[in-house]
Amino acid sequence: MKNTIKNEEIRRVLSVIVTNEDGVLSRISGLFAGRGYNIDSLTVAPVPDTDFSRLTIVTCGNERVLEQIVKQLHKLIPTYKVIESAEFVEKEMALVKIPLNEDFNGLDAMLKAYNGTIANSGENFIVVMVADNAKRIENFLKAIKKYNPIEMVRSGSVAMDI
Amino acid sequence: MDLNGSQMVIEALRRENVKVVFGYPGGAIMNVYDEVYKQNDFEHILTRHEQAAIHAADGYARASGDVGVAFVTSGPGFTNAVTGLANAYIDSIPMVVISGQVPITMIGTDAFQEIDAVGISRPCVKHNYLVKDAKDLPRILKEAFYIAKSGRPGPVHVDIPKDVTAQVAKFDYPEKITMRTYKPTYKGNSRQIKKVVDAIANSNRPILYVGGGAVNSGASELVREFAKISGIPAVETLMARGVMGDDNPLLMGMVGMHGCYSANMAMSEADLMIALGPRFDDRVTGKLSEFAKHAKVIHVDIDPSSIGKIVDIDYPIVGDLKNVLSDMLPLLKDKIDSKKYQSWRDLLKRYDEIHPLEYSDDKGNIKPQWVIQRVGETLGEKAIISTDVGQHQMWTAQFYPFSRPRQFVTSGGLGTMGFGFPAAIGVKKAKPEKISINISGDGSILMNIQELMTAYESKIPVINIILNNGYLGMVRQWQTFFYDKRYASTDLSGAQPDFVKLAESFGGLGFRVETKEEFDEALKKAVQSDVVCMIDVNVDRLEDVLPMVPAGGTLYNMILEYKG
Ligand SMILES: Cc1ncc(C[n+]2csc(CCOP(=O)(O)OP(=O)(O)O)c2C)c(N)n1
Ligand SMILES: [Mg+2]
Repeated sequence: MKNTIKNEEIRRVLSVIVTNEDGVLSRISGLFAGRGYNIDSLTVAPVPDTDFSRLTIVTCGNERVLEQIVKQLHKLIPTYKVIESAEFVEKEMALVKIPLNEDFNGLDAMLKAYNGTIANSGENFIVVMVADNAKRIENFLKAIKKYNPIEMVRSGSVAMDI
Repeated sequence: MDLNGSQMVIEALRRENVKVVFGYPGGAIMNVYDEVYKQNDFEHILTRHEQAAIHAADGYARASGDVGVAFVTSGPGFTNAVTGLANAYIDSIPMVVISGQVPITMIGTDAFQEIDAVGISRPCVKHNYLVKDAKDLPRILKEAFYIAKSGRPGPVHVDIPKDVTAQVAKFDYPEKITMRTYKPTYKGNSRQIKKVVDAIANSNRPILYVGGGAVNSGASELVREFAKISGIPAVETLMARGVMGDDNPLLMGMVGMHGCYSANMAMSEADLMIALGPRFDDRVTGKLSEFAKHAKVIHVDIDPSSIGKIVDIDYPIVGDLKNVLSDMLPLLKDKIDSKKYQSWRDLLKRYDEIHPLEYSDDKGNIKPQWVIQRVGETLGEKAIISTDVGQHQMWTAQFYPFSRPRQFVTSGGLGTMGFGFPAAIGVKKAKPEKISINISGDGSILMNIQELMTAYESKIPVINIILNNGYLGMVRQWQTFFYDKRYASTDLSGAQPDFVKLAESFGGLGFRVETKEEFDEALKKAVQSDVVCMIDVNVDRLEDVLPMVPAGGTLYNMILEYKG
């Protein structure tokens, strides 16, 4: 037996289709916790017009770990399908609350670059919203710091295989 | 047909052809017990602890191959059952365990005897259900039995709130079931099977590494046939003992931490490992980087997640071993000449001659290994042997002459002390024509000793043989080898019950044995008796289980002799 597994950490987006029933989320989060797998982000929502839900899980690990994650997910009785194709459109959303007393010079251009808009505003703040891939969201959240945001919220990734 | 939830449970069990249920009642499951009282389809055995109920159902399943069934109540009844569930899960034993729960209206209120049972059982079972409506119960029970015995078997837990056990709904029990999200693969890929046959034909030192999957799949005959037509030698894991039959010249013995020298050397020197339903447990592989270093690996398993989990597999085949071997053997017959492996077999035989599995018998002291050999000589095929956990378990695996699968019932993956006695009770219910023996230790036997009452009351004549060394022997052995003989909390000799009186006080028979003659006498009487028996054998205190591969050590580096 040769050990050919590389120990490199790989990031992977998994789309898991499960029956929409009580407790499936705890089965999946319990599986990750119990076996020591990472969850970078996790989103859940019903699949339209079915009784399935889709979980989008962003995880990382070496090849063997990722293979086990997929197999263990499959092994759960309510799992219908695990999609791990490398071909995904992946989007994440972020909301950022910025105080109104800031100088908004350049904000418009920045929002444009990240598919963003102003989602809401109040007496002394505005909330901006962006949707992009996870890496770019990270960049955006770094860049927006110069407007001294009060609060930032990320959604976690959603993905669709293509 | 309209039934209440409790009647549904009874009716589902009847349709699943359940003959025995082990259990213990309590508030939340009383409605179900009321229906148990009214029926005659199955026998209910009242154990004296919920853990024992689960182990008894487990032993029943291991001996018969059928699904074991147990009932427990909510709260402490359920938490007592958890060890049993975990034990069955890790050994892939088909079981359905039904627990009571507080009424739905009270769930989440920290009600009396409320505990999040499905939350606790989730990592210890193949699947579980919290039943929210009686109309779902027929489907859930059907699924529970189906999931428990199909694919890689395992325990399924069904938690039923008390109001659901009283709720009336339509009982529509599906005859057959298909689940969209659960479809085990039974048939192996035929192209892959051809490739595997070629790989075998091209190998020079192949070894069959036979695991518990061979028992679960009912593939024992085919595994023997495989070895016979190919002339390829085999090793068995603890869970596979009996698959090859101990009089089979191609069996090199058990592999792993306390495996035989020849078996462990065969694994180390093979150029092709043909893994038939094992799971590459660390107690078998030892240090992974040295495990089967020179071998390509074929792995046949019904559970895809088992393949490639521990080691890289060159030829994976997902499927039921029985099906895969039925497809493979005809091809194998044409391609393989068993003469090719003669020199390989000769080498392994020589290894066995250099370091056979042996112990030095003694005139004065009874050696524990002698007891097991003696039981084997006396009862052989007529007995089904359960064990507890410790040295006595390993000696049983090494020295009992197992001739068929399901003859050895032992807690492999979890190593649960206290398993043996209740398991032997389940075994006797499954196979009343066999003699049910529990080989135990002076530590383990006390972990479910209350089952003397069950065995007495329900007339289940299990014979417990205690290899009494006055130690938690296996832990003591590690302390001897690796902790400089600092025997922390392992010496039991200062305080022991009188096992003879103990057995008698529960209505059983007890024997104290100091000599070989006394042992023969006691065993004879025990076999003839129709009550539960306890034979307390005073054995050599400091005997060690050898060979031994220290945890994380390499298989070819066994401790063969202890030089204190
Ligand atoms: C429930 C449980 N607790 C602790 C252990 C750890 N353990 C493994 S073997 C052993 C000693 C068992 O002693 P005994 O039953 O007398 O058997 P012996 O090794 O002496 O034959 C212990 C404590 C275990 N396996 N299970
Ligand atoms: Mg002992």
